[in-house]
Amino acid sequence: MLHSLGRRILLGFVLLIFLPIVAALFIPLLFKYLKGIHTGWFVLFVPIALFIYYAGFITTTMDGGHKVSELQWIPSLGISFVSYIDGLSLLFTLLITGIGALVVLYSIFYLDKDREKLNNFYIYLLIFMSAMLGVVQSDNVISLYLFWELTSISSFLLIGYWNTRDRSRFGALKSMMITVFGGLMMLGGFVLLGIMGDSFSIRELIANSSSFIGHEFFTLALILVLLGAFTKSAQFPFYIWLPDAMEAPTPVSAYLHSATMVKAGLYLVARFTPIFAVSEVWIWLVTGIGLLTLFWGSLFAVKQTDLKAILAFSTVSQLGLIMSLLGASAVAYHSDDAIFKFAAFAAIFHLINHATFKGSLFMIAGIIDHETGTRDIRKLGGLMSIMPVSFTVAFIGSMSMAGLPPFNGFLSKEMFFQSMLALRNFELFNFATWGILFPVIAWVASVFTFIYSFYFVFKTFTGRNKVDKLPKKPHEAPVGMLVAPVILATLVVGIFFIPNLVGKWLVKPAVMAIQPGLYSHPSEVDVHVAAWHDFASPELWMTIALVGLGVVLYLTMTKWRKLYDIQPHYLSLNVLYDSMMMLSENGMNRLSRFYMTGLIRTYLMYMFAFIASITTATLFLKNAFIVDMDSFTAVSVYGIMTAIILVAAVVMVILAKTRLAAIIALGAVGYSVSLFFVIFKAPDLALTQLVIETVSVALFLLAFQRLPALKTHGETKRNRLGNAIIAAAVGITVTLVALSAHSQKMIPSISQYYKDTVATEAGGGNIVNVILVDYRGFDTLFEIAVLAVAGIGVLAMIRLQLARKEAKDENK
Amino acid sequence: MKTNDVILQTTTKVVFFIIFLFSIHIFFAGHYSPGGGFVGGLLTTGAIVLLLLAFDLKTVQKALPFNFTIMTGIGLLLALGTASGSIFFDVPFFTHAFSHFNLPLFGETSLHTAMIFDAGVYLVVVGAAITMIQTIGGDT
Repeated sequence: MLHSLGRRILLGFVLLIFLPIVAALFIPLLFKYLKGIHTGWFVLFVPIALFIYYAGFITTTMDGGHKVSELQWIPSLGISFVSYIDGLSLLFTLLITGIGALVVLYSIFYLDKDREKLNNFYIYLLIFMSAMLGVVQSDNVISLYLFWELTSISSFLLIGYWNTRDRSRFGALKSMMITVFGGLMMLGGFVLLGIMGDSFSIRELIANSSSFIGHEFFTLALILVLLGAFTKSAQFPFYIWLPDAMEAPTPVSAYLHSATMVKAGLYLVARFTPIFAVSEVWIWLVTGIGLLTLFWGSLFAVKQTDLKAILAFSTVSQLGLIMSLLGASAVAYHSDDAIFKFAAFAAIFHLINHATFKGSLFMIAGIIDHETGTRDIRKLGGLMSIMPVSFTVAFIGSMSMAGLPPFNGFLSKEMFFQSMLALRNFELFNFATWGILFPVIAWVASVFTFIYSFYFVFKTFTGRNKVDKLPKKPHEAPVGMLVAPVILATLVVGIFFIPNLVGKWLVKPAVMAIQPGLYSHPSEVDVHVAAWHDFASPELWMTIALVGLGVVLYLTMTKWRKLYDIQPHYLSLNVLYDSMMMLSENGMNRLSRFYMTGLIRTYLMYMFAFIASITTATLFLKNAFIVDMDSFTAVSVYGIMTAIILVAAVVMVILAKTRLAAIIALGAVGYSVSLFFVIFKAPDLALTQLVIETVSVALFLLAFQRLPALKTHGETKRNRLGNAIIAAAVGITVTLVALSAHSQKMIPSISQYYKDTVATEAGGGNIVNVILVDYRGFDTLFEIAVLAVAGIGVLAMIRLQLARKEAKDENK
Repeated sequence: MKTNDVILQTTTKVVFFIIFLFSIHIFFAGHYSPGGGFVGGLLTTGAIVLLLLAFDLKTVQKALPFNFTIMTGIGLLLALGTASGSIFFDVPFFTHAFSHFNLPLFGETSLHTAMIFDAGVYLVVVGAAITMIQTIGGDT
């Protein structure tokens, strides 16, 4: 692994990543001993302090600079915690801490300090904050993965915060399954990248990336990393966890599922663009999936009736938009057209805008839920006069989401259209034929975006007043709860009027981080964001047309919304996910029930079949089967006769109809084996075999008294045939192995040493016994230990059985 | 029906001692000719099994008042003690020693620590085997 970059700087601000986790350690104490004060007030200091600290980096990154701080973790493996702050990571850091502060403030008023387990909530939230900071600042892919999974886990905990509800647990599990799946895929991609680039540092990977093209792992690593990004950022078809994650408390939805965590995938794509952008697959996948998600999400947002579900699908759709822009920005590596560099600018700009307006909209949805008791849009209506501040914020957020002036969404939408229109003119990779689809899909999706934005705000706040039917009597939210959404809404409007300030401070450095090497001088990135182009610009006419069509469709919504019912229920991706989960569970159940029969007979069959097949296969595949006739000695008449007796006895054992016959035949086998020992001149063995056979036959006879009559245990003929085949196979295998082992003696025997030294070294004459007690007495020591254990085992088993039987009799 | 096995019992009384003496012989001869602790132990077991067959469990227990479980333990201790005794003489674990002695009655005899180890083997074999047979046979 390379150790060149940034090794001079140790520690420093990298420790700040862990600040929220350290702060989380004190939460239980504060919660327990300072009951009077809402725990959130203490938590609030953490993101505010971090935000102020990190804001100081803006001057460093503004012209493309960066700062590094490192904490060694496993230096021998090239793994460390690195805080690498450039334009891109600073932008995300500011979003995480800034929106984090607002969300904590909002949650102080949203969650009741007496009824909720606030300690859990804030611990999870702070862990999440640390994890997110780690994800966006890590320069080391392994620690990036670590933090990535930590976001998955803390998000799981936060979604399941109200763990007594079934829907919460279901949503938490679903998001966990999908994001962890993606995370693991991503880890695979990282490892492949590490192999290709011989480093885990992203900067070094980017520096070496020119050598990756054509590497056999390149496309695989690309797809694996993208799987991680797509699952986290809720892209098609992995978006299904996001709507179910709406069971989380609203501050969580606002923070994780609109502004930060779901953008981790976008961050990943942006961060790895310099490595993968050369690939056609990358451009097609990122742009294509992004656009598909944009279209799909906007289409289904209109169908929803739950406020947070609308916002969830809207988030999915907007994430797709940013994703497709990032894909378009990768085109800049193939084309000199400045517009593709501009796409990166548009992506980052919209990312900021989306975080502001979606955060505020989620908070408003939470306020409506909190004050009226329902999030069902069919029950709501006419809240404008009751909740004027909420309405204003919701209106600003929705109009920005729809892409109307004078809100920041308008600016990013214009840029989006501009980039998509430019894709038509790109020549490479079949874009010439399919390129026209990009602006068309983008435009249609924008129409739907427009519709659901209107649907969200006007169906809730205007129209017939249904206040009497609501679970609670609605009133305006407390001021504290409104502070955060109002700040965000102010930003929404503010960014429209001063886009170039944001562009200069935040977007430009991020773009330079996404497309390093494309700019010789920072001033090349200076994009002038203008709200007004001129009448000749196509995107203006696209906006005008979409507003026109959108208004018409919104007004006639009740008529065409039935079209959604055409899609049969069983064709949805959720049903696919559910049935996949069911299938894997049932399938695994059935599989294990199929082969885990619980019968020792079956398991023995598996074992023997495997032993026979693997050994025979190895024997022949390795050409190890050799029979050397010369090594055989002559066979004596006694040998043949004993062998005949032995075989006859064995056949009798197998075919015996009664136990007694089998035991006697077994005795005959034992005695003929001892005869063999005699023939082959092993008097000790013969003696031992003879005696042990006698004792064991006696034991058999003892046990035999108590056994029921011999019978087959429901074995069919087919079973017996299988047994016979496996038995024959094992027999043949052992014979073949024995023959070839005998024919090939690799090393000479050591027995000559024993013969030479038995009298001089060991003072004995019987080699066998001297080996047993002297040369290799260690074996004997444990063999007698085995014997002793067996004796005690028999004693214990039978005593215990007797004791149990007696206890049973007493109970009767 | 009570059977009269006087012939069996009378023969057993004689044969038992012959087998037992043979087993002792086998045990002691082990170092130079076929035999040793294992076979010796098994032969002793065989002799006791013969007793068990001719008489009943209780009579044998009365005649041979040993706790065979404890005998197993003593055998193991003996074997392990021999093996670890070598440590005290600053030689590796399980190093045996032997020498020739001029004993009265026996004359020139070779004595070997392996014999003590073998005695352990003998005791374990007898103890464990009889424990098994007694427990299985006694479980009625």
